[in-house]
Order: sequence, then C-alpha cells, then structure tokens
Amino acid sequence: MRALLFAALLFPLASTAADLELGLTIKDHRFTPAELKVPAGKKIKLVVSNQDSTPEEFESHELNREKVIAGNGKATIYVGPLTPGKYPFFGEFNEKTARGVIIAE
Amino acid sequence: MFGSAIIVFRETLEAALLIGIIAAATRGLSGRNLWLAIGVGAGLAGSLVVAGLTETIADMAEGSGQELFNAAVLGIAVLMLGWHNIWMATHGREMAAQAKSVGNAVRSGQREMSAVAILIALAVLREGSETALFLYGLAASAGSSRASLLGGGLLGLAAGVAAGWALYSGLARIPLRHFFTVTSTLILFLAAGMAGQMARLLVQGDLLHAFSTPLWDSSSLLPMDSLLGNLLHLFAGYEARPSGMQVLFYVATFTIILAGMRWSRTRSPLRSPQTT
Repeated sequence: MRALLFAALLFPLASTAADLELGLTIKDHRFTPAELKVPAGKKIKLVVSNQDSTPEEFESHELNREKVIAGNGKATIYVGPLTPGKYPFFGEFNEKTARGVIIAE
Repeated sequence: MFGSAIIVFRETLEAALLIGIIAAATRGLSGRNLWLAIGVGAGLAGSLVVAGLTETIADMAEGSGQELFNAAVLGIAVLMLGWHNIWMATHGREMAAQAKSVGNAVRSGQREMSAVAILIALAVLREGSETALFLYGLAASAGSSRASLLGGGLLGLAAGVAAGWALYSGLARIPLRHFFTVTSTLILFLAAGMAGQMARLLVQGDLLHAFSTPLWDSSSLLPMDSLLGNLLHLFAGYEARPSGMQVLFYVATFTIILAGMRWSRTRSPLRSPQTT
C-alpha cells in the first residue's frame, strides 16, 4: 500500500523528453566518434549501435551509466543535463580498445 | 585471461554476496538448501533466456526495455528483501531466544523460503544474464586466446562463488544473540542500495526525472573504482555521483523497511507462544 502511494506520488515526476539525439557506433570494439561534444545543461538521448557481432557494455562512472548492448544491436541511453566537463566512457567487455569521452561545454 | 576473470568475478560477486547473506540469514529453516538450489537453478536458466532475448528486451519501451526490465527485477528483489527483514524481525528474535522451539518457526517458514528462492533467482538472473552475454561474446569471437579467456571466465566465477562462501562462513560464526541484527542490517542496506540502482536505471531509460545530476560528487574523496568505494557500493549501495532520484529511492526504502521491522517487532512481542 505504501509502495503504491509512493508510486502515485512519483507519477508527476515522470520525465520530460530529451533535448537532442546523438549517435555512437561500436565497431571492432571501438567507439566512433570517440569524442562527443555536447551542450551543457541539456538532456541527451544517446543512441549506441553495436556493429560488432559480440555484445558490449557501455559504462561510465562519471555519467553514472551502465548498459549492455547486444551484438548487432542498438541501445538508447539518456544522459544529462550535464555540467561543463569531461565524461569518459568505456566498453566494459573490451576495456582496452573501447574508450571514448563526452565533452559538455 | 586475467581481464575476463575480473569481469566475470565482478558480475558474479554481487549475486554471490547476496546469496551468502541470505543463506546465513535463513540458517536453521528447514529445506533451506533445497530452496536455495531451486533459486540458483531457476536464476541460471532465466539468465540464459534473458541473454538470448537481450535484443528483444532492449527494443521494448522505445529502447528503454532493458532498464525497465532490470528495474522490475530489482523492484521485486527489494520487496522480497524488505519482507524477509520484517518477517525476521519477529521470527529471528524468537529463534535466537529459544533455539529449541525453532520447529514452530520452521513450519511457518516455508512461505518465507519460497520468497527467498525467488529472491535468489532474481539476483542470479540479473548478474547471470550479463555474464552469459559476456561469455557468449568470448566464445563467438575467433582466436587462439579463446580457451584462455573462457578459462579466465571460469576462474572469475569460482572466485565470486568463493567470496560468497567466505561471507557466509564469516556470518555463520557470529553468535546467535547478535546474528539477526547483523544479517538484517546488511539486508536493509542491500535493499536500499538496490532501490537506488532501480532509480538509476529508470532515470537512464528516461522513465523518471533525475531531479539533480548529480546530487553530489564524492568521486575525488571516494572513487567508485577504489576498493573501499566498490565494497561500499556492493554492500550499501554507495554511489559517487548519485542523482537526486536515486537518493530519494534509497532513503525511502531504508525508512520504510526499518519502520516495518519496528512495527513487526512491537506487534508480536517476544513472549507470545504462538507465532504464525
């Protein structure tokens, strides 16, 4: 009951749409572009498409994000609004090669 | 080899620690091992199914299916953990106080144990599906290093299970007088941390407002990839850069379960002979 009430209270807090959409590609266990410039203070819809046949996990401590992307699959990750700065991300399953950074300015 | 061992270890650890704590907390309930085994087995089977359906799940809910699915898994796990703690708040104390009359609690414990099996299955499912995907990726990628990578994966799995076992044995040594206080405190923090993770996923999938991103940044003080940061993350849901929503979920869950435990304790006093 309390959980229900809590859920009802949270309902008006449902999110608003993203401000802009950006694409990111994984191929040969690398991200392209490896550097993404985004405006600060905006919510971004990041669409990651994995062109490798193996799965990858998009992870970033700085962005507080973590998501598995199937081989030859696509995934949507919402980030931000960000304060200006550098936000590195990596592919956990291929950490040596799969690295990138989001720069908010 | 070492790299794949670490990844599998990290994925396994969370589920293994939870199983260790739950196994310790349900010590003395009849048929416990069977229920635990059912939970692990169902979780492993479910992992393979979920791993196979990754793409289908990901495409649901406009690309946020994975977040929704994982948040649901976490949500049910939080409910189960909360229920367990509230149930244990009375029964655990009784069992500790009169070890010989455990038989009574044992009979009423069967429903509780089936909930525990579900809980374990969900924990294994969540971590297991990612491990299965990772290992599948290794197996699918050609190369001479494949065997060594898979060997590393198995090594990581073994290390994760060993860590869970070590925690279980450590907890089992705690005197019965303090035992339920320790396990229920651990579970309380685990549940709150899971609720926080649930909020993080819902924010990541744009299903909930973030409130503030981040609410604070303690990454220079205690980074997530440090040993202490990692341990605190595993046991107490520590985040270096949590969103406001994450903190709200954490605090609310913590408070509600704690209140439930207090309520359950006062409602059924220690001296009452019949407890069902």
